Amino acid sequence: MAFDRRLVIRFDWTIFWSVLALAGVGLLSVVSASYRGPHKPIDPLVVRQLIWIAAGTVAMVTVVLFDYRALATYAYPFYVISVALLVAVQVIGHSTGGSRRWINLGFFHLEPSELAKLAIVLVMVRYFREEPPKGGWRLRQMIIPAVLLGIPVALVLKQPDLGTALILVLITVTLVFVSGLNARTMAVLGLAALCVMPLGWHYLKPYQRQRLVSFINPQADPLGSGYHIIQSEIAIGSGGPWGKGFLKGTQARLNFLPEQSTDFIFAVFAEEFGLAGSLVLLILYAILIMRGTWIARHTRDRFGALLAIGLVAIVFWQVAINIGMATGLLPVVGITLPLVSYGGSSLIAMMLAMGLLISINIRRYFF
Amino acid sequence: MVTVLALVSVRLYYLQVMQHQEMTELADRNRIRLLRVPAPRGLVFDRRHRPLVDTQPTFDAEIVPEDSTNLSETIERLESYLGEDHVADKIADADEEGRPPYEPVLVEERLDWPKVVALEAHQLDLPGVSLEITPGRHYLYGKLAAHLLGYVGEVSREDLIKQTAYHMGDEIGKFGLERGWEPFLRGQAGGEEVEVDAVGRRLRVLKEIPDTPGESVVLTIDLDLQQAAEQAMEGKNGALVALDPNNGDVLAMVSHPAFDPDVFGAGVKSADWRTLMSDPNHPLQNRVIQGTYPPGSTFKIVDSIAGLQEGSLTEDTAYSCAGGIWFGGREYHCWRKQGHGTIGLHNAIVRSCDVYFYDVGQHLGIDKLAHWANLLGLGLKTGIALDNEKSGVIPSSAWKQKRYHERWYPAETLSVSIGQGYVAVTPLQLAQLAEMVANGGTRYQPQFVKEVESLDGGVAKAYPPVVEQHVDISPETLQIVRDAMADVVNGPGGTAHKAALPGITVCAKTGTAQIVGNKGSLVAGEDEDKMPEKYRDHAWLIAFAPKEHPQIAIACLVEHGGHGGAAAAPVVHDVMQRFFQLYPPAPQTPELTEDRANRPAIARVLEDDTADETAER
Repeated sequence: MAFDRRLVIRFDWTIFWSVLALAGVGLLSVVSASYRGPHKPIDPLVVRQLIWIAAGTVAMVTVVLFDYRALATYAYPFYVISVALLVAVQVIGHSTGGSRRWINLGFFHLEPSELAKLAIVLVMVRYFREEPPKGGWRLRQMIIPAVLLGIPVALVLKQPDLGTALILVLITVTLVFVSGLNARTMAVLGLAALCVMPLGWHYLKPYQRQRLVSFINPQADPLGSGYHIIQSEIAIGSGGPWGKGFLKGTQARLNFLPEQSTDFIFAVFAEEFGLAGSLVLLILYAILIMRGTWIARHTRDRFGALLAIGLVAIVFWQVAINIGMATGLLPVVGITLPLVSYGGSSLIAMMLAMGLLISINIRRYFF
Repeated sequence: MVTVLALVSVRLYYLQVMQHQEMTELADRNRIRLLRVPAPRGLVFDRRHRPLVDTQPTFDAEIVPEDSTNLSETIERLESYLGEDHVADKIADADEEGRPPYEPVLVEERLDWPKVVALEAHQLDLPGVSLEITPGRHYLYGKLAAHLLGYVGEVSREDLIKQTAYHMGDEIGKFGLERGWEPFLRGQAGGEEVEVDAVGRRLRVLKEIPDTPGESVVLTIDLDLQQAAEQAMEGKNGALVALDPNNGDVLAMVSHPAFDPDVFGAGVKSADWRTLMSDPNHPLQNRVIQGTYPPGSTFKIVDSIAGLQEGSLTEDTAYSCAGGIWFGGREYHCWRKQGHGTIGLHNAIVRSCDVYFYDVGQHLGIDKLAHWANLLGLGLKTGIALDNEKSGVIPSSAWKQKRYHERWYPAETLSVSIGQGYVAVTPLQLAQLAEMVANGGTRYQPQFVKEVESLDGGVAKAYPPVVEQHVDISPETLQIVRDAMADVVNGPGGTAHKAALPGITVCAKTGTAQIVGNKGSLVAGEDEDKMPEKYRDHAWLIAFAPKEHPQIAIACLVEHGGHGGAAAAPVVHDVMQRFFQLYPPAPQTPELTEDRANRPAIARVLEDDTADETAER
């Protein structure tokens, strides 16, 4: 492929720098979360995160070089590979804390559910890129997407990973809405969702139910399932308006926070950088999301627009649920904070997604 | 999206600005834990500053259940090393009492050395288990003066509610001196503000508050004398108390059988406790202040003083003793069934004639007798700083009316006159009687603490003598009684020759406390030795010495010892002898020396031909 000068001129620096800023915040937070005192060596976690940020940045820039439109061709194969990996994780997966989520690749623990998010975006965008019939998509046409969604959701739930399953559903729902839905279909689907809810409760694992109960009343079991919410709120609240300062957060350093470098990394950050830091973080996400939706609106091909929406949806829902959970607004589900949480798969997948977003933005002029 | 961001921002504002204070407090409470460092308890010294009780490091096993990854396995291992199976129960008990998470549970106190080594060596297999080094109470002489020194134990739940300064697991004085002087001995616990992580590991000390050791207490007890007294009472049940008649200091206090106070400090095991409680000899009872016994013939001192002071009796009053008198249709015996013939006051005391004092009592009447008994401290609490002191009983007509709703019968006065019937006194009260005769009528509050020493070695609190009462007793009366008591030991026909010391005039009065009420029908001295021990009489001796400048007053009771002269006099002899070795009497004036030079000689001559001298009642 010949190098196109437009790639440089129209490169989306807003997204690029926002992504790097968020990754920087992430790195700082991982340092804080793994900090154990002035005389302790730096945790290898930090080094790994740094390597992944570098690798992610390379991946992000590389993806920009490719024409995203070619992805339509690879959507189904990519989907099949992702599903195959989800099946593989059940068989040869590496289990931690009672759930199988990782495949050990020797140098890297691959988390297929992170790829599944991208795959579901691609496959849904591929399906909905056709203009909907007049009046919007009908119920009949929802069967294929339902199956496409159902397979990975079922596999992810089996891990079990309620958070990712929820994100997959929310991404799909977002795309279905944006791509135009028949009013009747919407009503039927809404009703169906309401009917499924009590059934869903039935299928929840006891610990998951416990979390919902704890969410409603965390003090019911302050040392058990309510512990996470309470400790997270304490960390955030004790940070105050300006924070305790870098590496001065006691909640994180003394291990009071659960999953402090992944799911509860926001609490680590908020404790040390306060309301001011938290708002800066929110603003960075807002910039990413608003830029993404702007790109979606200004892209002339439907595939690109839907793809942008799908990618933004991943970021939006994960941020909303993760921070909502850390601040006690939502029940606890294991969802990472995009670009900030520790973890190679999620970081690289998110940076790839952002690279795609830049790619769409550059090529909306290429017709 | 804007809605979501706004919602999150509002929530953040609520948590980080509005609830900031509260959340900061919660975060600190999470990470900062106060660890109490108990202060070493103050030492206890004898009057010559020799240590009796000290504090030595002991090892206690603790467990923080939250720190153990596999609690049941840890408990199992711990129990096998300790050879106990109560660990799980202790944890359950502590949790029930509201133990906060990560607060250690005391599993076993005062581990012996092999257990300490076992736990230390297997530390890695016992996550959450730690050895705490705490200052532990140590009684250097075991059972010595156990009732006076008392013991310490873990603070009870009731105490925790009353005393806010105490915490679960603290040591507190439970009995005796340890209890009474708790505020001085205890000291002030120090503490450490320690930062801990989520699993309770102590990471660093943020703040240290040094502890203040307890203050030391110096007793009026003399270790050597106490040891002599314990030895003299060895193998006997009973009590002995020695006072300094010049100020009320307790020089020695023995109650036998005793207990080992170390048993309590170790967190008394239920088996040990049951043994102590079910022992028919009541080792936990301090007989010196809690045992009430009929004073027997020692009460004749009260009869004499009362009669002489009231004028119903003079030195020359003589009565005839024919071995008993008839009164109210019943015969009242004298202990000497052949009688004493016509006998005067001096010899009536020396030979302890019962019939003589029946007459003295009759002439006085019960109420005057009771009045004088009370004046001399009998039937009243002495006010010694020990718990559960008994007052005993001195009957009077008013007392009987109140107690039994009956009038007083004159015949009952006869029993009272010889210290029987309703009369019951404690050994300490009788020691005070000896003290008052010795010092001329002053009753001091018995004190066993000389001073509390401050940490710099100065006197934090002194205990000057406290005069409870001064009774005016005429010098003539005192002279008559003292002379008679001197002859009880040294004179012809005296009943306590075994208490005599060479070169020192010991004054004494024997007594025999009947414990079988209807033994009037038995002829005393005849089948006494054949009786089962538990029906045998208690033996009393009260004494003071030297006669001229008394330095020591003693009451001694030997339970089921038989006659006072036989059982109690040798005990008092040993104690007095040791006392005067330790504190030789002041040089005497020539006149007094001459006086005493004669008496013991006479006594020694007459001792042999007074066959029944000790068989008085």
